[in-house]
Amino acid sequence: MKKPIILLIAFLLSCGVTFSQDRSLPNIEVKTLKGNSFNIQDLDNQGNPMVISFWATWCKPCKKELNAIAEVYDDWQDETGVKLIAISIDDTRSMSKVAPYVNSSDWEYDVYLDSNSDLKRAMGVSTVPHTFLINGEGKIVWNHKGYIDGDEEELYEQILSILVK
Amino acid sequence: MKTQALTILLIICSFKLAAQNSEIHGDFSLTLQSYVEDETINAAAADEVVLNNAFLNLIYSSNNFTVGLRYESYLNALLDYDSEFKGNGIPYRYATYSIDGLEITAGNFYEQFGSGLIFRSYEEKGLGIDNAMDGIRLKYRIGKGISLKSFIGKSRTFFTYADGILRGIDGEIDVNETFGLEKQTKYILGGSFISRYEQRSNPKFIIPQNVAAYAGRLNILNGGWNYYGEYAYKINDPINSLQESEMNYASGSAFTNSITYSQRGFGVTAEVHRADNMLLLSERDRTGKAYIMNYIPTLSKPHAYTLLAIYPCATQAMGELGVQLDLFYKFKKGTLLGGKYGTKINLNLSRINALEGGNSMLNDNIDHTPALLSFDEELYFSDINLEINKKVNKKVKYNAVFAHQKYNKDFLEGKTPGEYGTLSSTIGVIDLSYKIKKGHTIRIETQALFAKEIDSVSKKQEGDWIMALAEYTISPNWFFAIQDMYNYGNEDESKRLHYMNINFGFLKGATRFEIGYGKKREGIFCVGGICKVVPSSNGLNLSITSSF
Repeated sequence: MKKPIILLIAFLLSCGVTFSQDRSLPNIEVKTLKGNSFNIQDLDNQGNPMVISFWATWCKPCKKELNAIAEVYDDWQDETGVKLIAISIDDTRSMSKVAPYVNSSDWEYDVYLDSNSDLKRAMGVSTVPHTFLINGEGKIVWNHKGYIDGDEEELYEQILSILVK
Repeated sequence: MKTQALTILLIICSFKLAAQNSEIHGDFSLTLQSYVEDETINAAAADEVVLNNAFLNLIYSSNNFTVGLRYESYLNALLDYDSEFKGNGIPYRYATYSIDGLEITAGNFYEQFGSGLIFRSYEEKGLGIDNAMDGIRLKYRIGKGISLKSFIGKSRTFFTYADGILRGIDGEIDVNETFGLEKQTKYILGGSFISRYEQRSNPKFIIPQNVAAYAGRLNILNGGWNYYGEYAYKINDPINSLQESEMNYASGSAFTNSITYSQRGFGVTAEVHRADNMLLLSERDRTGKAYIMNYIPTLSKPHAYTLLAIYPCATQAMGELGVQLDLFYKFKKGTLLGGKYGTKINLNLSRINALEGGNSMLNDNIDHTPALLSFDEELYFSDINLEINKKVNKKVKYNAVFAHQKYNKDFLEGKTPGEYGTLSSTIGVIDLSYKIKKGHTIRIETQALFAKEIDSVSKKQEGDWIMALAEYTISPNWFFAIQDMYNYGNEDESKRLHYMNINFGFLKGATRFEIGYGKKREGIFCVGGICKVVPSSNGLNLSITSSF
């Protein structure tokens, strides 16, 4: 079962494609809560790091993660200039609840809608939550699947570590 | 399959030579499950002893060019997958190129028009759903605020494609952007059309070879307000039957309307939707999820706690009328109800009924069209629930849910009327987290469901349930959980069973390993708000997911 996969990878390597540690953001459009289309490659935080977090209104650990970060977000921003981008993968069943949930929760994140999971697929996200750290050059330098209590501290250490570099 | 893969690899190689900013990445998932026979829960042992589902996605991108493929392996598929998923292959591969506002995709793609009422192609691996299209898709941005999408292709069903050839076009215009209006109120208009060609082979009736559906939508936004409405119409699509009484020449329709208002600390959403004879299939006369090509979202809250989701609502595309209301509120910090950190609540109400007299029917014997807004007495589902989310202090957080649900089991599970009737259940959930020290957290979840039947029924009922879960997590790498569900109130005493599960996992960055052992209950499994019926199982499972 694994053989064809190994062959594929061997083939790719042999023709000179290198596995890049630093991935770029894909050329995919999402929607803003105001109904505008937005290409995710246009994300910009003036050379400061960004965190992209995939979540959904029905996902308990996702909300736990984003609520935990919300409490320390002001401090994080002051100390590192980081910006958090929350990508909701709610489809049309629960999409209309994203804005009420976000606003009622007092989140200060930039929130986008990926209602047919185009961005989710392009970024290799199979389950939510899934968090990516983007450096000042717009490259993905770290990513993490799932959320357990306390994981936000590891994320913050990662943010600090790319600032030191 | 092999030639396809080689062709793609050759393309990748040749592009690699020409391009500088090239990258390759993807993700991988493997699930192994063993099944032990257990007569007490009707779980069957698989002949293969161990079953396996796995896939690997590879995406190669270089400037405006992207190619991707997915290798899938089902040796053999897990019991809760359709057995048509069998063997290995590369059922998903595509190439996309974009230039001057035009994006061209050849091969497989996923697409959705509007809210999906007439067309949605998507995948949900956890549920074994994948109706990717195979064909050509063009997306074009015409000047400011106008975008067009069109495609032609066939819809994936397991390792093959449905017979129907689908053609679709969708346009959207952002009125403010196009006409340069600097108004506070924003208007977005959209329309879509889809048609299916399939050869007829009915010797008795002349049924159409080309059938179609169309939809129009309007989105108005102003400050904290957001209105979305969509109406869809399906031109009649009779089945290939020789029986006059089975023929239905009626058209179908559906609409969805939602209005939302939110501001800091407060949000509300109200929705109404209706579907009548609105099942759209990628191949005539087929049954099963794999052939459904439209999506009518279920009008109830997707619950994440087990006992709240044990009797879940499912959309009846053939006919239903539903309403839903959601209220979100955060009691501010420092107030009586808010405490030190604030308290969040979500109240959700939903109710879904049959259409009066059933869905539209038209043939020589019957001519029925249900009234537009008339609730039939037959209730499919109702749910009233309140969720409270609170951080008590630096160590303690909890989430509590109280719900009252009504579930028309006879109808929603296709039983004979009078077998199980409509269940009325009251459910309570308390989910408490306690932080022991930095990185170490224990979480205790307790749930109870108290059920009663409204109608007189012939079959023995499942009755009351309780559930408890304890989870210990060590951030950022480890988790351990043990849970037990106990059907202590089953009217059939031999079915008062425990469903015990143990799970252990290791996480590192983008890789996750999980091992579990235990009994799974026969029932409905929901991920991301979509549900399917899964058989009981008893055994060991191993899953590995990773992304690179």
